[in-house]
Amino acid sequence: MSIPGQKRSTLLARWLLVQAALLAVAIIYLAPLFWMFDTSVKSEHQAMTHIPSNVGKAMEALFIPHPVHLDNYRRVVESPFFKLPLYARNTLVIALLVAIGSMLSASLVAYALTKLRWYGRNILFWIVLGSMMLPFSVMMVPLYQIYRDFGWIGTNLPLWLPTFMAPPFYIFLLRQFYLTIPDELTEAAVIDGAGPFRIWWSIMLPLTRPALLVVGLFSFVASWNNFVGPLVYLTHQRTFTLALALQFFQTRHGGVAHTLLMAATVLVVVPIILIFFLAQKTFIRGIATTGIKG
Amino acid sequence: MAAYSRITWRDQLVGMAFAAPFIIGVAVLLVIPLSLSFYFSFCHYTMLTPPIWIGARNYTHLLSDDAFVRSLLNTCLFSVVSVPLALAWSLLLALLLNLPNRLRNIYRTIVFLPSLLPLVATAVIWRWMLSPVHGPINFFLKFPCRWIGNLLAPIAAAFHASPSAIQALHHLKPPLWLADGNWAMATIILLSLWGVGQTVIIFLAGLDEVPQELYESAAIDGATGWRRLRHITLPMLTPVIFFNLVVGIIASWQVFDLPYVMTHGGPGRATLFYSMYLFEAGFQQLRMGAACAMAWVQLVIILILTVIAFWSARKWVHYR
Repeated sequence: MSIPGQKRSTLLARWLLVQAALLAVAIIYLAPLFWMFDTSVKSEHQAMTHIPSNVGKAMEALFIPHPVHLDNYRRVVESPFFKLPLYARNTLVIALLVAIGSMLSASLVAYALTKLRWYGRNILFWIVLGSMMLPFSVMMVPLYQIYRDFGWIGTNLPLWLPTFMAPPFYIFLLRQFYLTIPDELTEAAVIDGAGPFRIWWSIMLPLTRPALLVVGLFSFVASWNNFVGPLVYLTHQRTFTLALALQFFQTRHGGVAHTLLMAATVLVVVPIILIFFLAQKTFIRGIATTGIKG
Repeated sequence: MAAYSRITWRDQLVGMAFAAPFIIGVAVLLVIPLSLSFYFSFCHYTMLTPPIWIGARNYTHLLSDDAFVRSLLNTCLFSVVSVPLALAWSLLLALLLNLPNRLRNIYRTIVFLPSLLPLVATAVIWRWMLSPVHGPINFFLKFPCRWIGNLLAPIAAAFHASPSAIQALHHLKPPLWLADGNWAMATIILLSLWGVGQTVIIFLAGLDEVPQELYESAAIDGATGWRRLRHITLPMLTPVIFFNLVVGIIASWQVFDLPYVMTHGGPGRATLFYSMYLFEAGFQQLRMGAACAMAWVQLVIILILTVIAFWSARKWVHYR
């Protein structure tokens, strides 16, 4: 946009300023990830040597791994403290169950809150809103006791079974989407003699697929990243998830082998980065709706 | 819209059947745990033996518990500083990322990505970034520190500063970050800015919703730059700012992962957060009753702050 009365040189100066700011921001947000990958392929010796004060040599020592040590990854996977295939499977099983549970149950409830008429649905919506605000810590101790009485401590059940009872945030998200679907669609199906379950299954689920995808992705990533849950409920090392295992690995190594720690971190983070690049639009759309329609 | 007929028994049953997952969830995951936790908060309870009623003692003892008071103050400080800071920073980023630019989407991706990573990973990576001896941050900070120190030392001398202070300026070094009790909290606050990507996305969506006509008519009136921001963008954005403020306040009182992994509350108790001490009291010291009392206090604090936010919203949030 060119504004009359402004000199070319001011516009150029502004453009340069914006470019410099963007570049600085990009460096701030990328540098830690670069440093993680970089350290993960260094030798232990290189990562821990004192940085020379000559700037050129220091840059070389800091950023260029020589030789490239892919061996770190093998050592992490073979370490008795970081059983990657096992932890990856544990994490994946829980995250998939969480995603399925959240999508199905939240969709049912959102349908009941928007398309079905019954007494109490408004009150229920207020409960949905209210329970989103509750801190987990208020329920933490009694839930632990309940799960212990069921014999579930040390299993992954407390981490995924509750998501089959419709997490309120996802109900809210799906409800916003259901509200945009015109009632005429269901009315036509009712005249054709379809029951409510058929309508939900064969009309609503396909129609709300974009929003369901958002719920699936959000809940999957949230479960993958969850730390407090596994910390409280998982007691045996063979049931650990990646996030918990990473913390465990860090305290084991206590600042000794940063190369291995970074290799482990790469392995924990890469699946999330891949999912992000595959579904970037869905993520951004989902986050945007929570803020705008909230 | 169909004509509103009476809700039949059948309608009622169908509605409740579809809502059943949440209704059962409310009972099992909400009502029962909330009542139990309220009851436990008045009990001496280790979870190994049955709870013993002790009245309000868990609550009254909190104020004489140094660690609790410290965690409360730490979390207050974190909340008061980091929530406005993160709001301002993410708004600034959103405005920057909203400018027309060919690489805009790439920059947006770069800012957004870190907010999706597990906080444990963020903590582990940043601990290594901030390592005083081997980390890149302090390597690069070393130079500006040296220049600033050499610049300020003569000035301090001119103002008759003590020799030790001048000496300190000559040897000005970057902070030790997490290892220094005076810096650890500031470090955690700064790090929370690395994960603001989702807030930025919400601001960007809000910026998209600002009607373009407003800018056009402002341009006719000759308003540009700062005045456009001050009189159009910010007022139109207040509902989104409000949303992010409330979410930020609630989240700030539940911070756990980052300090737990990075510092475990240290050095000393410099980064002991509310939720962390609650977890420690409950699951490590087996003072489950005290932990429940803390959780209820936490809930009340969050509730009061949210109510204040909603009350203040009438004064500064413009709803269209």
